[in-house]
Amino acid sequence: MIINHPLLGPRDSAEFTYLGDASLIERPDWQAEDAADQFHDYLYLRDNPAGEHRELWFHEQGDRSWLVVTRNTLTHEITKVELARDVARSLGRSR
Amino acid sequence: MSTQDNRLSGGLIDRERPLRFRFNGEELQGFQGDTVASALVANGVKLVGRSFKYHRPRGILTAGSEEPNALLTIGEGAYAEPNTRATVAELYDGLSAKSQNHRGPLGFDVMAVNDFLSPFLSAGFYYKTFMWPRAFWEKLYEPIIRKSAGLGALSGEPDPSSYDKGFLHCDLLVIGAGPAGLAAARSAARAGAKVILADEDFRFGGRLNAETYEIDGRPGAVWAEDTAKALAEMENVRLMPRTTVYGAYDHGVYGALERTGDHLPDTDGKPRQVLWRIYTKRALLCAGATERPIAFGDNDRPGVMLASAVRSYANRFAATPGKRIAVFTNNDDGWRTASDLAARGVEVAAVIDPRDGSPRAEIPGASVFMGDAVAGTKGRKAIREITLASGRSLAVDCLAVSGGWNPNLQLTCHQRGKPAWNAEIAAFVPADPLPVGMSVAGAARGALSLQAALTEGQAKAEAALSDLGFKVSGEPVPASSDESFAVTPLWHVKESKRRAWVDLQNDVTVKDVKLAHQEGFLSVEHLKRYTTLGMATDQGKTANVLGLAIMAEQRGISIPEAGTTIFRPPYTPVPIGALAGRARGKDFRPYRLTPSHDWAEEQGAVFVEAGAWMRAQYFPREGETHWRQSVDREVSTTRNSVGVCDVTTLGKVDIQGRDAAEFLNRVYINGFAKLAVGKTRYGMMLREDGIAMDDGTTARLGETHYVMTTTTANAGPVFRHLEFCRQCLWPDLDVHLISTTDGWAQFAVAGPNARKLLQKVVDAEFDISNEGFPFMACGEITVCGGTPARLFRISFSGELAYEIAVPARYGDALIRVLMQAGEEFGVTPYGTEALGVMRIEKGHAAGAELCGTTTAQDLGMGRMVSKKKDCIGNTLSERPELNREDGLRLVGFRPVDKSHALKAGWHFVSKGSPTDMAHDEGWMTSVAFSPSLGHSIGLGFIKSGDTRMGEIVRAVSPATDSDIEVEIVPSHFVDPEGERLRG
Repeated sequence: MIINHPLLGPRDSAEFTYLGDASLIERPDWQAEDAADQFHDYLYLRDNPAGEHRELWFHEQGDRSWLVVTRNTLTHEITKVELARDVARSLGRSR
Repeated sequence: MSTQDNRLSGGLIDRERPLRFRFNGEELQGFQGDTVASALVANGVKLVGRSFKYHRPRGILTAGSEEPNALLTIGEGAYAEPNTRATVAELYDGLSAKSQNHRGPLGFDVMAVNDFLSPFLSAGFYYKTFMWPRAFWEKLYEPIIRKSAGLGALSGEPDPSSYDKGFLHCDLLVIGAGPAGLAAARSAARAGAKVILADEDFRFGGRLNAETYEIDGRPGAVWAEDTAKALAEMENVRLMPRTTVYGAYDHGVYGALERTGDHLPDTDGKPRQVLWRIYTKRALLCAGATERPIAFGDNDRPGVMLASAVRSYANRFAATPGKRIAVFTNNDDGWRTASDLAARGVEVAAVIDPRDGSPRAEIPGASVFMGDAVAGTKGRKAIREITLASGRSLAVDCLAVSGGWNPNLQLTCHQRGKPAWNAEIAAFVPADPLPVGMSVAGAARGALSLQAALTEGQAKAEAALSDLGFKVSGEPVPASSDESFAVTPLWHVKESKRRAWVDLQNDVTVKDVKLAHQEGFLSVEHLKRYTTLGMATDQGKTANVLGLAIMAEQRGISIPEAGTTIFRPPYTPVPIGALAGRARGKDFRPYRLTPSHDWAEEQGAVFVEAGAWMRAQYFPREGETHWRQSVDREVSTTRNSVGVCDVTTLGKVDIQGRDAAEFLNRVYINGFAKLAVGKTRYGMMLREDGIAMDDGTTARLGETHYVMTTTTANAGPVFRHLEFCRQCLWPDLDVHLISTTDGWAQFAVAGPNARKLLQKVVDAEFDISNEGFPFMACGEITVCGGTPARLFRISFSGELAYEIAVPARYGDALIRVLMQAGEEFGVTPYGTEALGVMRIEKGHAAGAELCGTTTAQDLGMGRMVSKKKDCIGNTLSERPELNREDGLRLVGFRPVDKSHALKAGWHFVSKGSPTDMAHDEGWMTSVAFSPSLGHSIGLGFIKSGDTRMGEIVRAVSPATDSDIEVEIVPSHFVDPEGERLRG
């Protein structure tokens, strides 16, 4: 597989480490009233889509960027690659 | 004297270069340009092996990589390679080949008795026969079956050949260098594209080398040679003969195996094979087609061959497989075998064509039987006679069979593509969706005529290149002929009285397919698994379509309705050695050497793998005969005077930024906001699920500058985790990370004389007295007159201890300086064993305790989890199950009888309780002989351990029948008050 790194261009997937669903960016607020439930869902519940899937890859043998890769689980087609930091910011994460 | 009775004139062999080789010990001759198979054919050898199950005599069926029968062991001793297809193995001088799967000589195999037992050995026989009694399967049946069935045997020795791996990039990968591939590569090369042309054969041209067609007025083989020569001169083209593209992977990546040395008597130290990963923008599959046989009685007799193979041997290799040959074909192409043989002066006894109508060609001297079929053969170790459905018998010594052609579409299916049925050529052809970036041309797509191959090859290459933005020349397509491939399917001859083979490699007959149908194994995937049709080294290249056509016939459905099994990589077998490449033995994966490695080697250190590192395990001295003697001495010397240990391998992360303190506060369970500059603090990290992940110390070197250490094993994962937190969770924190593990050489200097030793090394302007540099202090200093260094007063051993770091390039010098400075104190270097003993004596957790199932609470650090701040793992660490009163606690253990040696992995059971899972209370994680105490000690987890001090429990190991009494004690065996490290 080839991942088109937004900064470095096409790189072999062997340079990357896979983490999992990109929803891991959306870490709940520890002070929420139902924080325990939210963290449970955050950590353990995953969709398993046959089709488009957003997932986190780490460019471990490269520039150490975390990327959000949009990949079709049926065809392995990769339609979008973003810096996870940008995605996190767009989701309202900051400090 | 020539042994080559069946050699003809002409051919693409080099008669100036005769070669000698041995087959089953007999010396034979061939020429450069021969395969082992063609040389055997030239020498009149028909019997080359015994079949898998019935040990039937078998001969060469094909002239290509699809060969199911002629599998030989080539080479001697450790170099011997079993199951090598004689049809692709190039002949070299001195080659030694042996036939396989027979006991006694090939001509008289005692296991041929299996053939008489065939009524009991039909499809699924072992599922049915060997069901009972159960124990007999493992002890009796399986060993016997394994011995009697099978292919070649491995030498049992390590493979002495070397293998390599490589990476290639191109605009267009052309797979197959037949007419379509050559036309494609020629056109793409002229357009200026970066082209790779790969072919499994050692000679480019594909079928052109085996046929008598002309292109642009030249013989096809000459055109192929000229075209290849022209391509070889172009800088943008890489020609890869002897290279099988075996797999089509995601995003235009292809796997290829190049046999760089298999055709040489000696590879001269160079790799025998190279495994390539080819990155392509576009790929064009021009893999041609494979002829299929027709099933009829005793069609596995040596001398029964594919018609195209007979033509290959006669035309390309100038070797005739027989002196009186009959041709059995259901299609027009098969007739070419008869005409070509006749033209070369080989006697063609007959042409048998099941179709009605007039003969398709005039074959001098041959009888022609239209509307008839071959129903049986006779002969012992080679064919002697054929019997026709009409009852006639003919004496022949070779029968050329053609049942039509199957496009080689395997690679189009490697990403779950499903082929479609083409009734016109009665074969499966590639269908959309093809792998991204792949197109198919020529016979591989079902366009069987030569002109179609040339035209399509060029057109598809041009289309792919235009797509990539290249300007294509649009030059005229090479001119050739549009010969007929008209076919009327015939799968098996119903008039046959004896067993008719479908899959020669797996001994699957028409009867077996019918049996599978009868017993309900209807789907092609079930058929395959029940009968083994299409398995093993040839993957049913000549058998699959035949098998499923017969199944479709049985079920009364069409072939496309029956479908095909899925093709997966590899197209042809890839040796494990090639997949491993250079990653074998100590090169299995890279390992790192510590900065003091050379020095340690000089001291005669014994090394051990630790994570990605080689570390000194202990340093034996003269007279020490057991590792324990060395380790005990290293521990005692350190505890009584001073010891030095290379701790470079611990992960180091440089953390800088205005928010560095806040960042640390969020990744460690304990607070870091108030850590003063010049101070170091122990920290523990959790995973988000509340389980302990790693621990270490973090030193604050400046207002916005920290250095974190991690355990050796977790250096990579922790860094990855920190980057995740930084980039994905808190993207706007002003913090930056860099791994500096390899940047600094770091040594622990421990023991009562540690300070005295260091004072001799650290430059005088730096005060390292207990007052000036107390426990947990850190700072940037210089040593040896100005060399930059970092000093940390931290202790893993429990002694007065420091860790001193210098840029890695000074590491070797520093260890020598430290050892020299320590001479007056009797300093000892210590390795990982002594390090382990001392940390167990101090009750520090390490890998065996931070094992991925334990919490901070279990480790006795529950109180460290700050409730006043958010940190990774904080919320879920509060789950009730992780905070049970009777949860596991890390405590110390000592044997009641001090002469007993404890073992890690023992489980704890209360006295009087039965030894079973229900009464399991925990386990021993780490043990050591404590030279300080003079007996064995251990750390371990046991339920409510912190409240059970002094209790005697049993440490048991049902696996080794051990059961001893141990006492629960505090985990700090040495200096529990920590006076030494503060001293």
